[in-house]
Amino acid sequence: MAILVIAEHDNAVLAAATLNTVAAAQQIGGDLHVLVAGSGCSAVAESAAKIAGVAKVLVADDAAYAHLLAENVAPLIAGLAKGYSHVLAPASTNGKNYLPRVAALLDVEQISEIVAVESADTFKRPIYAGNAIATVQSSAPIKVISVRATAFDAAAGEGGSASIEALAGAGEAGTSSFVGEELAKSDRPELTSARVVISGGRGLQSGENFGLLYALADKLGAAVGASRAAVDAGFAPNDMQVGQTGKIVAPDLYIAVGISGAIQHLAGMKDSKVIVAINKDAEAPIFQVADYGLVADLFEVVPELEKQL
Amino acid sequence: MKVLVAVKRVVDYNVKVRVKADGSGVDLANVKMSMNPFCEIAVEEAVRLKERGIATEIVAVSVGPAQAQEQLRTALALGADRALLIETDEELGSLAVAKLLKAVVDKEQPQLVITGKQAIDSDNNQTGQMLAALTGYAQGTFASKLELSGDKLKVVREIDGGLQTLELALPAIVTTDLRLNEPRYASLPNIMKAKKKPLETVTPADLGVSVASTLKTLKVEAPAERQAGIKVGSVAELVEKLKNEAKVI
Ligand SMILES: Cc1cc2nc3c(=O)[nH]c(=O)nc-3n(C[C@H](O)[C@H](O)[C@H](O)COP(=O)(O)OP(=O)(O)OC[C@H]3O[C@@H](n4cnc5c(N)ncnc54)[C@H](O)[C@@H]3O)c2cc1C
Ligand SMILES: Nc1ncnc2c1ncn2[C@@H]1O[C@H](COP(=O)(O)O)[C@@H](O)[C@H]1O
Repeated sequence: MAILVIAEHDNAVLAAATLNTVAAAQQIGGDLHVLVAGSGCSAVAESAAKIAGVAKVLVADDAAYAHLLAENVAPLIAGLAKGYSHVLAPASTNGKNYLPRVAALLDVEQISEIVAVESADTFKRPIYAGNAIATVQSSAPIKVISVRATAFDAAAGEGGSASIEALAGAGEAGTSSFVGEELAKSDRPELTSARVVISGGRGLQSGENFGLLYALADKLGAAVGASRAAVDAGFAPNDMQVGQTGKIVAPDLYIAVGISGAIQHLAGMKDSKVIVAINKDAEAPIFQVADYGLVADLFEVVPELEKQL
Repeated sequence: MKVLVAVKRVVDYNVKVRVKADGSGVDLANVKMSMNPFCEIAVEEAVRLKERGIATEIVAVSVGPAQAQEQLRTALALGADRALLIETDEELGSLAVAKLLKAVVDKEQPQLVITGKQAIDSDNNQTGQMLAALTGYAQGTFASKLELSGDKLKVVREIDGGLQTLELALPAIVTTDLRLNEPRYASLPNIMKAKKKPLETVTPADLGVSVASTLKTLKVEAPAERQAGIKVGSVAELVEKLKNEAKVI
């Protein structure tokens, strides 16, 4: 039986996490289909059809799916799932929202945020904020899995020529409706797929001081992240939070500025290739995971770093 | 309206757990246990709804061992009116917990169920959504703000790109994110009073729910440790290392 991957997108552009999820599906093996559920999302379907290794793209283009409301999209996916061995979605806030609802409709357990595929029924996933890695085996007839994008190298976004098939939507469930959205606008790269990430913590002291990090980020073409303490204090918006309960990042270079390195923060960034920590406290736990540590006052060294780049 | 809150007993968030040498799990012997932080936020939100005259009764429910009574007593001390322990020594998955909560929802008929977004032990992030599927109710996950108007609930959700606002028909399920509120501490008099509040215990069998699982943990290992790095003495040295040694800039 084939594997169904649920595409992540904003109705206009296919999100990179889809490619990582396809890569995880390829490791399981078998025919690969991608579902694009959305509204006015034909460009997304065309991009999905170009992903190398995808045999078929299913498009459910319906106003009911415009915002991927779980109440509307879960019945659609659960209905389709019966013809598949596995259903995979990125562990984005969308995937985390609708996928458990799909699993429960199918009466199967979900396997959350896998980081490795051992075989078609066995997977690895972090638990306890990444302080332990569990190997789990599922005997469910349909395996419903969310995928940690940073753990899988992206599948090629070009080279495929899948067929595109339109599906009829299942309509509105009528229990929830979309009111509005406040989306962060930024010219910087997206946090979870950026090659370089610079994150600030409580040590930054204010939202204005985050300007130091933005200036540095613009020099490096980097995305800017934050610790929970910085978000809670209002220095940065919630979508910048890196950690166990925020975003998971694994860039080539992660620079932690004024962040102590609580386990919940480390859970979101310790798989970065190279970690730099700037902190005035030589005992800060962040130095235990840093490849390069600089014990210094950030207000002195961050502007200096920007100048020297 | 009646509000149900789901409360899980988990290892305290300050504990860095260790994996057992035989790979069978993490070592929880003599480790501090607490209420899951997201559940504290759920209880707090319910209590605030009661203080505003919106909630009339708060029922706290936990699925777990007898010791989970401690976390239910904490919920009662924080302002829940009564508590229900669904006692089991088995470590249940989110689907089983959701089925048990569904049985409680059928009996209690709450207008609102608040769960945490994620248990910090399993890191599953599933139960609230699954309960919503089983009940057919609307779901407002990762909530950072709730506003009730009539029989509609406005939920501001923390999503990858920022914030999203949904309107849910009641009854509904909400899962809490970190910024929904800052939980209070239980006061000593309230802790004393909580000892007299009703706490009922039932078993999964009493509720007629099968908790059989299709998921088996084969082993639990420690994650790969990072190699210890070095301290650099200056910005110039850092830049040099990043350029020539790590080759990342
Ligand atoms: C359920 C739960 C979930 C959580 N999820 C997350 C999560 O997803 N992500 C997350 O980040 N946290 C999370 N946390 C919070 C986490 O436990 C820590 O509280 C948080 O990460 C601390 O943030 P911080 O390092 O910015 O602040 P602090 O721990 O206060 O550290 C600030 C650091 O800045 C340094 N500093 C101060 N001034 C300067 C200066 N001038 N120059 C250089 N250094 C300076 C200090 O030495 C200190 O090390 C969670 C907590 C809970 C309970
Ligand atoms: N054993 C349990 N008892 C009570 N509530 C639970 C239990 N497991 C999960 N929950 C609820 O579901 C939320 C999310 O848990 P999870 O889906 O396991 O990450 C928790 O914050 C609780 O509110």
